[in-house]
Amino acid sequence: MAKAKIIKGRKVNRSFAGDLGLFIFLSIIGIYMALPLVFVINNAFKPLDEIFIFPPRIFVRNPTLSNFSQLFNLMSNSWVPFSRYIFNTVFITFVGTAGHVIIASMAAYPLAKKNFPGKKLLFSMVVLSLMFSPQVTAIPNYMIISKLKLIDTYWAIIIPAIGSTLGLYLMKQSMETFPDAILEAAQIDGASEYRIFWSIVMPNMKPAWLTLIIFSFQSLWSSGSSGKNYIYSEQLKTLDYALSQVLAGGIARTGATAAVSLLMISVPIIIFIITQSNVIETMTTSGMKE
Amino acid sequence: MVSMKKKVNYTLNEVKKNKHCYVLIAPYFIIFFIFTALPVITSLLMSFTYFNMLEPPRWIGWDNYARLFVKDDVFLIAVKNTFLFAAITGPLSYIACFILGWLINELPPKIRSFITLVFYAPSISGSAFVIWKFLFSGDAHGYINAFLMKNGIIAEPIQWLTDPKYMLAIVIIVQLWLSLGTSFLAFIAGLQNVDKTLYEAGAVDGIKNRWQELWFITLPSMRPQLMFGAVMQITASFAVADVATNLVGFPSTKYAAHTIVTHLMDYGSIRFEMGYACAIATVLFTIMLLSNLVVQKLLRKVGE
Repeated sequence: MAKAKIIKGRKVNRSFAGDLGLFIFLSIIGIYMALPLVFVINNAFKPLDEIFIFPPRIFVRNPTLSNFSQLFNLMSNSWVPFSRYIFNTVFITFVGTAGHVIIASMAAYPLAKKNFPGKKLLFSMVVLSLMFSPQVTAIPNYMIISKLKLIDTYWAIIIPAIGSTLGLYLMKQSMETFPDAILEAAQIDGASEYRIFWSIVMPNMKPAWLTLIIFSFQSLWSSGSSGKNYIYSEQLKTLDYALSQVLAGGIARTGATAAVSLLMISVPIIIFIITQSNVIETMTTSGMKE
Repeated sequence: MVSMKKKVNYTLNEVKKNKHCYVLIAPYFIIFFIFTALPVITSLLMSFTYFNMLEPPRWIGWDNYARLFVKDDVFLIAVKNTFLFAAITGPLSYIACFILGWLINELPPKIRSFITLVFYAPSISGSAFVIWKFLFSGDAHGYINAFLMKNGIIAEPIQWLTDPKYMLAIVIIVQLWLSLGTSFLAFIAGLQNVDKTLYEAGAVDGIKNRWQELWFITLPSMRPQLMFGAVMQITASFAVADVATNLVGFPSTKYAAHTIVTHLMDYGSIRFEMGYACAIATVLFTIMLLSNLVVQKLLRKVGE
């Protein structure tokens, strides 16, 4: 305790050697985690001769934007106008994310705050579905989507994304912490349940829906690989599919490839930077209770 | 009989009283049943049939399962590899998520959010893991080979991605790189929320260092997050496939990185033996569910 008084603001029970060890350990892990990303960022700005230099070096010496202009040329020469790929991605991501946040929140509210027959069963099914990965159901899913005549439409990607279970789970756990007293007061004032949900609970769940937005966005943003089974038409394909075609272009497009990789990873990372504190706040309630 | 009737009446009354609840949950659960619950049941039923998408499915009983475990040597390799992956990446990534979250929690807030970003970024950067292909590239231009050769550690470039000796290890390294995801964030959040007064009280009660603090205070207060994180990590560690197929190819040399999921994709989207693929999916489903339920049981004992 004496030490804690001498060094103000310092936590109790901490030794200097321990702090130093912590610093070194975190630096090593930090290099392992960051190195590939540092590599992507540097490569995007390398002129061609530096990309192929031997022995290879990680850091760029004469940064240039030529990779981006090469990518831009490739884009403007593509068969389907590039703006169409961008529209497809924005449409799928926007509709899927908005639908997921609204529909999952609607379901989360009664699950968190009301008592009705079947509630326990429904929620335990949701928890159970967190315990297996989507590959397990891939084949029947394809057959169901084709029975519903959704193949080769945006909806083949959007509708299953709306039913994502992680989002519902996190929203429900988060809503459970909403004070009951406010709900009761609103009820006494004569507000309908729908009104309570929409104008009292939802505005207070901002961290939670921002979290749902970022998780839903991440999966839809890179939906091209999962979507390639459902969407055949070139003009319905998404940005990350188009960019992966650039990646598949081989060595002649190495420069453009580096630019593409940087573009693809920077969007989700930027969104996470903006929403980080809200996401962490939501994850506080993510725990599973017995 | 009377009490039974009473019960049904009571339930019906409750349903009527809570009509708005069902209205609110309906859109979500309709989608949930069509795209999550129904596929699980369909997959289970189809696993007992022969089905090639052209003719209607034909009921063949346990034949698919018998073939899977008795005749299909590649499947047994896939099961072995999957368990090896899961046994290493599952616990390792789970512990890493926790230890790193715990260490980061010691830092001042600004640095903390920066490091959180650096650690979390790989798991949200989509297909960016293909960068590892350049790092582990088999010729002298590969960064790792070039680095090792320059320092005289090796004389010849190593075929990292095609030599079965290294493949599994490399897929594990990359999988770990990707694994600081949702559970990592959940742990950070859980750690920030442990009641601070508990630590001060602990210091008075004779807790001497950060290790005792971890064991006696932090871990027990985070049990719910620990359980949620376990579900996320276990499910992901059994589903390894994308990394393997992208880095070492499909099929990999001598099936050294063949997993249950790649086996499933082989039969489901290349050979179109849907019944057989569904049997593989059902085995995977059972493995994931059982290991999750067992680990949940174990974690419930933490701090008891």
